[in-house]
Amino acid sequence: MVGTGTVEELAGRVPDGASVALAPDYSGCAVAVVRALIRRGARDLHLIGVPQLGFQADLLIGAGCVRGLEAAAVTLGEEGAAPRFVAAIKAGTIEIRDSTCPAIHAGLHAAEKGLPFMPLRGVLGSDLVRHRPDWQIIDNPFAEDDPILLVPAIRPDVALFHAALADGQGNVWIGVRRELMRMAHAARITLVSVEEIIDDDLLADDRTAAGTVPALYVTAIAEARRGAWPVGLRHCYPADREHLRRYAGLARSNTGFARYLDELMLESVAAE
Amino acid sequence: MIEHRPAELLIDVLAGMLEGLAHVAVGAASPIPGAAALLARERAGGRLRISLLGSERHNPFTDGNVELFDCAAQGRIDVFFLGGGQIDGRADINLVGVGGYPESRVRWPGSFGSAYMYFLVPRVILFRQEHTPRVLVPKVEFVSAPGTSPAQVYRPGGPHALVTGRCVFAFDRDRGRFRLQSVHPGHGVEEVVANTGFEFELPAAVPETPAPSPETLALIRGPVGAATAETYPRFAAEVLAIGAGDRPAAARA
Repeated sequence: MVGTGTVEELAGRVPDGASVALAPDYSGCAVAVVRALIRRGARDLHLIGVPQLGFQADLLIGAGCVRGLEAAAVTLGEEGAAPRFVAAIKAGTIEIRDSTCPAIHAGLHAAEKGLPFMPLRGVLGSDLVRHRPDWQIIDNPFAEDDPILLVPAIRPDVALFHAALADGQGNVWIGVRRELMRMAHAARITLVSVEEIIDDDLLADDRTAAGTVPALYVTAIAEARRGAWPVGLRHCYPADREHLRRYAGLARSNTGFARYLDELMLESVAAE
Repeated sequence: MIEHRPAELLIDVLAGMLEGLAHVAVGAASPIPGAAALLARERAGGRLRISLLGSERHNPFTDGNVELFDCAAQGRIDVFFLGGGQIDGRADINLVGVGGYPESRVRWPGSFGSAYMYFLVPRVILFRQEHTPRVLVPKVEFVSAPGTSPAQVYRPGGPHALVTGRCVFAFDRDRGRFRLQSVHPGHGVEEVVANTGFEFELPAAVPETPAPSPETLALIRGPVGAATAETYPRFAAEVLAIGAGDRPAAARA
């Protein structure tokens, strides 16, 4: 059975030290749950960007919740660099496993198939390979003289994302954001915040079923209106660019980030 | 002649490199390449398929963000754009940072899909507006993706050209080096040499990059700019002076 509850309860299901797969800013960001993670003082998280990270990761890093991360990139997009990420790298306070987008997808793909690894084209000769002792190059056993990269399965402890709709059974509609499906398939538990929990059965009609994560992969859901804010949610609301720009400015310094966090936490406790 | 903005010339130059191709994909955070793809499609009467990551309207993918890479691996994408915090004379690119690794004095977002797309997309256009010795270096400090590979490495793709705010370099894959192809109006060959940290082939005569025509400028300032604003509102407003209020009704819908 899929549990339902508040964003606080979802955050409570993420143990300290867990590896947590997160969506990029253009997909389904569970920012309300991330704020709840910060309020509960989560520690030592290992973030996995699917395949990159943005605002959620920068908040968590700034708030001291993160031990390390694996991602193809960390960025606030048009708002520029992710300031707390950059500061943490400079200070050496987080471990980074630099990757490339398709390598993360391939790792999750292996996990969802129960496979130990996946081969991947490209990447050979990139310094990424030198810094990833967990990646290996083998000779393609089906051809002559054809080196190819292998990446290990990525099995996150938790997949955490936000989506527009869920139904009472815990089926979650993600539309075309299929990376969220892959995260849910690959992870040990999947926690989802949604704009709205509806009475209809999302699996009853193929038009919604095709874009739905079935409840069998979903551990718990919480209703969170504007749960991605200030990040946007496709076809629901755009990113709050003014807020993100203000964040990008404030978070450049430790004191500015602390001020932002105080204001945000006070506001969000009231709202969430 | 109508005055053009530097960004408009670059959009025009990049769009010219997409002519006659069937499918262009543009990665995240790439407003000028994105606008160039929209311009090339406008000129091709819609016959160019464009896939802009981060766009809701101009992104055909329904299998999530892995589909771009699967699509590229199958040879379904003809051209892609990459940039770099550092680019060197062998077309190696660095999107990770400088001043040490993993603790970097200057850290950039990361390699994104570059280490894959550079190998698999037949025509990769390098684009970086800043043309200075700190960007165009003799040797990148971190190779996110190499410009060339040994013969046995599966590599149908690779660098085609490097477009900067000052000039266009063509890349010679057999020789593994750049050749200066044209210098933008208002810039000179000596200036290019002085601001390039790597060696490149310098022909005896280097033509000027053609300025955008009035027709091209009308497209950029009209439908192309409006469509660009959907994905890159800040770029459209600040660089092309196109605000949300200027968008035609179709772009707002």
